[in-house]
Amino acid sequence: MTTVPHKQFQETLADTGLQLAIYSATGRLMDKRRATVRQEVLPDYQELRLQASALKKHTIENLDHYLEQFEASVAARGGKVVWCKDAGDAAEFLVRLAREKDARLFTKVKSMTTEEIDLNEHLEEHGLEAVESDLGEFIVQLAHSRPYHIVAPALNLTRYDVADLFTRALGVERETVPENQTKIARRVLREKFLAADIGISGANFLVADSGAVVLVTNEGNGRMCTTLPKVHVAIAGIEKLIPRARDLAVFLKLLGRSATGQPLSVYTSFLAGPRRPHEIDGPEEFYVLLLDNGRTRLLADREKRQSLYCIRCGACLNHCPVFRKIGGHNYPWVYSGPIGQVISPQYRGIGQDPWLPFASSLCGACAEVCPVKIELPKLLLELRGEVVKAKSRDGESRLERLGFRAWSWLMRHPSLYELAGMMGSLVLTSPEEGKWLRRVPFVPNVGPLKAWSSERDIPPLPAKSFRQLWRTRQGVAR
Amino acid sequence: MPRRVALFVTCVVDQLFPEVGLATVEVLERLGYTVDFPEKQTCCGQPAFNSGYREEAREVACHCLDVLAGAEYVIVPSGSCTSMIAHHYEELFAKDARRLDEARRLAPRVWEFSKFLLEVAGVEDVGARYDGVVTFHDSCHGLRELGIKEGPRRLLSHVKGLTLREMDIPEECCGFGGTFSVKFPSISGGMSRTKIESILKTGADAVVGVDASCLLQLRGVLSRDGLPVKTMHLAEILASR
Amino acid sequence: MSRDNILHKVRTALGRSAGQPPAPPPEARLRVPEVDLETRLARFSQALEALGGKFYRAASQDDARAYVAALVDGRSAVASNSPYLEQCGITALAGVRSGFLEEPVLRGLCAVTDFGVTSADYGLADTGSLVMLSSREEARMISLLPPVHVAVLAKECILTGLDELFTVLALPAEATSSMVLITGPSRTADIEQILIRGVHGPGETHVIVV
Repeated sequence: MTTVPHKQFQETLADTGLQLAIYSATGRLMDKRRATVRQEVLPDYQELRLQASALKKHTIENLDHYLEQFEASVAARGGKVVWCKDAGDAAEFLVRLAREKDARLFTKVKSMTTEEIDLNEHLEEHGLEAVESDLGEFIVQLAHSRPYHIVAPALNLTRYDVADLFTRALGVERETVPENQTKIARRVLREKFLAADIGISGANFLVADSGAVVLVTNEGNGRMCTTLPKVHVAIAGIEKLIPRARDLAVFLKLLGRSATGQPLSVYTSFLAGPRRPHEIDGPEEFYVLLLDNGRTRLLADREKRQSLYCIRCGACLNHCPVFRKIGGHNYPWVYSGPIGQVISPQYRGIGQDPWLPFASSLCGACAEVCPVKIELPKLLLELRGEVVKAKSRDGESRLERLGFRAWSWLMRHPSLYELAGMMGSLVLTSPEEGKWLRRVPFVPNVGPLKAWSSERDIPPLPAKSFRQLWRTRQGVAR
Repeated sequence: MPRRVALFVTCVVDQLFPEVGLATVEVLERLGYTVDFPEKQTCCGQPAFNSGYREEAREVACHCLDVLAGAEYVIVPSGSCTSMIAHHYEELFAKDARRLDEARRLAPRVWEFSKFLLEVAGVEDVGARYDGVVTFHDSCHGLRELGIKEGPRRLLSHVKGLTLREMDIPEECCGFGGTFSVKFPSISGGMSRTKIESILKTGADAVVGVDASCLLQLRGVLSRDGLPVKTMHLAEILASR
Repeated sequence: MSRDNILHKVRTALGRSAGQPPAPPPEARLRVPEVDLETRLARFSQALEALGGKFYRAASQDDARAYVAALVDGRSAVASNSPYLEQCGITALAGVRSGFLEEPVLRGLCAVTDFGVTSADYGLADTGSLVMLSSREEARMISLLPPVHVAVLAKECILTGLDELFTVLALPAEATSSMVLITGPSRTADIEQILIRGVHGPGETHVIVV
């Protein structure tokens, strides 16, 4: 069980360079998104969201059917579906495949799902090299770090950080110009692309009627990893399914815009099986690993299964004022931002990071921009209720529970509530009219009071509450 | 003929900002309404609901339902409390048919103050005067759950002597979020300071909002940081002469 | 077996039984607007150029060939086996090699060639995208490995957008193992959010519409 990482929050908040990087990067992504979904530019935006949400709802609620249809479609095109209960199944399959093919080098397209199952680490344990090919992920891999953001993995690093990394890990001369840094990465990775035995990708969408994997990238590494190696393995959560190829007309209009403000990313690949007999290039073998890893548990929860609609656009992160302050590394799991706060407890158990669903002001900015209309604040509230229930069951947070019970009692007894207010106004007085207090006199500075006063001044309680003034006023009026 | 309205003043206004309650009453009376104050009112239950204490929230919400039963119009000088009663009570009472029915019947009768003025009273100019430059903060619940955005700006546009200057980030959360403010104080404070930076850029003397809890948060930080910007509830501006 | 395990869990979670037909899906939403060719071309070129791609409207196939010749200017180029390129006389240009059917040979060449010349199945006006289906006529790597990609297609191939694409091609998987939508030159903003073109895919894209 983790506790609130207050110290790490404070460190991140005090790092002005990092604050600027996070705020401006997310701000830029917000602005770009807005420019492409504006009424004048995409008049059907809200209708598309409704459609996308309805399609996801339908698919999720009939998931077994679509999983089987997908499997049959993949097989019909000469590919193979591999069902993976968890990370272990996926890693085992890849290791076995590598042995069969005498493969040593994997090139990878950015995939949060593979981060989720720590795939690279598993492969490394078996002496297999899996090279991240998305520039941001490549940088993160060299840094032995975790992606900072679903869509912008190296958001927190400066060009100087990258320069240091490249020199240290690649042995190149120090280079601080981003264009040149990109050239270095291009050179290094091209060698890998051409030499790779197996290409691993995730999937933005799995298309049931086509047995297809849809991959969206800007750099071209997606194409590299899925065209050049003899084998392509796509790893995707079972929730990535959509019913029909033509449903992409809805989803593709939302994904790029919501993620980075691009009507379409540069490369959208629709991959259905290994190369056909008449085709010249492309993989000879095509596998799709369908991953459960706890998704079936989320599926069973009627209220919260909408969490599985997520298309991993990152819009909720960009708009979340909490994310924009604490950044991606202060969340306990690979998924950060509002969606991370909603799914982490469901995958890891609410007892693991019980504070996580509470780390939100419930402003609702996330739900406003979610392309598939996940009711994120509602789900956070539900999770909060579950945490409280679990804690009460385990006898934890007794003081807080007692506090709320007392509060409830007070709120149901108006005269006592008023009395409490009057007593409070005796203590919480200000020496100067209108001046707020640094701390509360007489009362020990602990708990919520300490937390409040650590950042803000405390309001004095006016001598008379509204209801007292009202009575006086009505007395006068009469 | 004066119509009767009931005031649900909210616990924050009652105990911390009574002047906001008085201002609300003054504006309503000026428009010819007779204001009732059901004395047994306390709180809508939001603090417990947002903290995951649904049982406790339900208990207080039941009390609130009883207090407000029978009122034709309930005016609330807070977006979040209005939204709690009008939207979230349905969730709270999902399993209690009787209370759910009460909540459903109450919901359309509960009005956030600015919405009441514009949509029921049908007025935009309440004859107010406030000399100064202000900026407007869009409280999250009001904005996203009640669609409060243009309304207060229209009301402010008729206030004589008032200049409204928009900040770049009017819709960003102030950082309060109820118990969030004390469970995650550093993040809460950080959010406020980002907001305040934007407020300062406008050169406004005051930041105006429809939710006293936002103003509580902002004022707390402004005071701590020694900044001269005032916080004012929309009702206070509209009550000024 | 993981398959049975997962499917069983899914069914239990949803309260569905094996073989139970799905509820009817929401209708596919495809709205194909009526847009005349000239407008489509204008939109296409605008969208492409906004992304840093280059658009050229060729008056004829000869004109297209001349443009490619001027562009390639004696440097190395690999062209696909598209009959359209042959029609335009592009495969006959000096420096342009084509007719490859062996993947290793093609790969070796593409890795060291300056230009990759292809046709395309469609263009999408809304986004300035090329739609390329992998086939005997069009190998994938020609539009991927060389640093400059040149695509030549007839103007009638320019569709309005995604909706029209999936209307004319509802099941791409029947035709090909790979359909790729290429929307402008390769790019990234992974370092300090600075836009940089030409990461792994071609950094320069020319689309010639005849």
